Amino acid sequence: MREISSESITKAIAELAVKANCVLPDGVYGWFKSLSETEPSPVGRDVLGQLLKNADIAKNETMPICQDTGLAVVFAELGQDVRITGGNFEEAIHEGVRRGYVNGYLRKSVVAEPLFERKNTRDNTPAVIHIRVVPGNGLRLRLAPKGAGSENKGVLKMLVPADGIEGVKKVVLDAVIAAGPNSCPPMIVGVGIGGNMEIACLCAKRACARDVDSKNPDPRYAELEDELLGLVNKTGIGPAGLGGRTTALKVNVEWYPTHIACLPVAVNINCHAARHAEVAL
Amino acid sequence: MSAQKHITAPFDDATARSLRAGDSVLISGTIIAARDAAHKQLVETLQRGEKLPIDLHGVVVYYVGPAPAKPGQPIGSAGPTTSGRMDAYTPTLIEQGLKGMIGKGYRKPEVVQAMKKHGVPYLAAVGGAGALIARSIKKYTVLAYEELGPEALAAMEVENFPAIVVMDAEGNDYYSQGQALYRKN
Repeated sequence: MREISSESITKAIAELAVKANCVLPDGVYGWFKSLSETEPSPVGRDVLGQLLKNADIAKNETMPICQDTGLAVVFAELGQDVRITGGNFEEAIHEGVRRGYVNGYLRKSVVAEPLFERKNTRDNTPAVIHIRVVPGNGLRLRLAPKGAGSENKGVLKMLVPADGIEGVKKVVLDAVIAAGPNSCPPMIVGVGIGGNMEIACLCAKRACARDVDSKNPDPRYAELEDELLGLVNKTGIGPAGLGGRTTALKVNVEWYPTHIACLPVAVNINCHAARHAEVAL
Repeated sequence: MSAQKHITAPFDDATARSLRAGDSVLISGTIIAARDAAHKQLVETLQRGEKLPIDLHGVVVYYVGPAPAKPGQPIGSAGPTTSGRMDAYTPTLIEQGLKGMIGKGYRKPEVVQAMKKHGVPYLAAVGGAGALIARSIKKYTVLAYEELGPEALAAMEVENFPAIVVMDAEGNDYYSQGQALYRKN
């Protein structure tokens, strides 16, 4: 049994919150750079150039890439041979978010209750936490801040098996077209296929938070990712929705076994600020 | 891209009507920051028959909820938020004299109708370029609803704030024009 202190988890989460919000992953920066040379629309190239400058300022001055520093979504892979000492695991994560957002000058964008009062919690807690228990004695924490401009354009459709691949493509394209400039393209499109309602959504979220240069390990799904990207980039939406061929940087697909009568499809869109940071304790 | 036009905010009627969809502009002067919760409060104030905390004539509103400023800086990252969430309130504010809007994303037909009727343009700033945009904001002063935190109503002094006219006062829509150029069927 390996012991990990709740304080070390809190510290790690606070650091991840600042890093994820202020430092654009290298892969995304590289995409902006190459696309700012190949995008045929002059307005689109100008937008991509502004995003590169923005990423430089954010990194050099430790400023948020985007003022919407989002809900803090934390994916935790907890080894089954780990014992957390000194406090509650989930509370340690919330405390890390609190520290990171308050001390790191990140925006507090969480209301305590969604319908009646909508009062800001003033420390960006609670975080959204997804825990998976895995073999081993490690703890992997991945923090992916998620802004509302893109989150609000998420879609879940409970297709039936007869809808097939064409049905899936239509759900993805319709979601991207409806999102348009609202979701700050060029976007990352996360697609979850299969499972049930909640698993499809979780697959889409995980797909969004994947590294931008990753591919689905199943070649059929990797091919579907490429095909969907091609379709999305024919919509003409372009950078900032002002027209162009770069509507998405990537379409990532994740899937799960499903019921004989089901074909759920979830689409979670991430803006171009494809922010995430990870640490292994 | 067309050459950038320098314009001053608040807008007078001539400035508002001179902007054309697709124009790239640099705005200097004073703009007003307001988003969801401030819009709701403004419209509720009017519904109660009370006076607004600011005069909206000529006002250019920027849909933004900035990140907190670090010590010594006027403001943190401050890019545009999605304008469509303000659509329910916008026609009422346009009738009160609102003369320009800066945000990102599509607007509802009833907003476009009010824009055309009152000669109001809608501009987009680049979403997710909050650190870059913050450089053109020189001063941030909360005017009302301080308790709303990042959603407070505030005045922003800006110098060469970059934006693109996406819908002009005649209803021309640059989102649809620009996208049509690159759409492949």
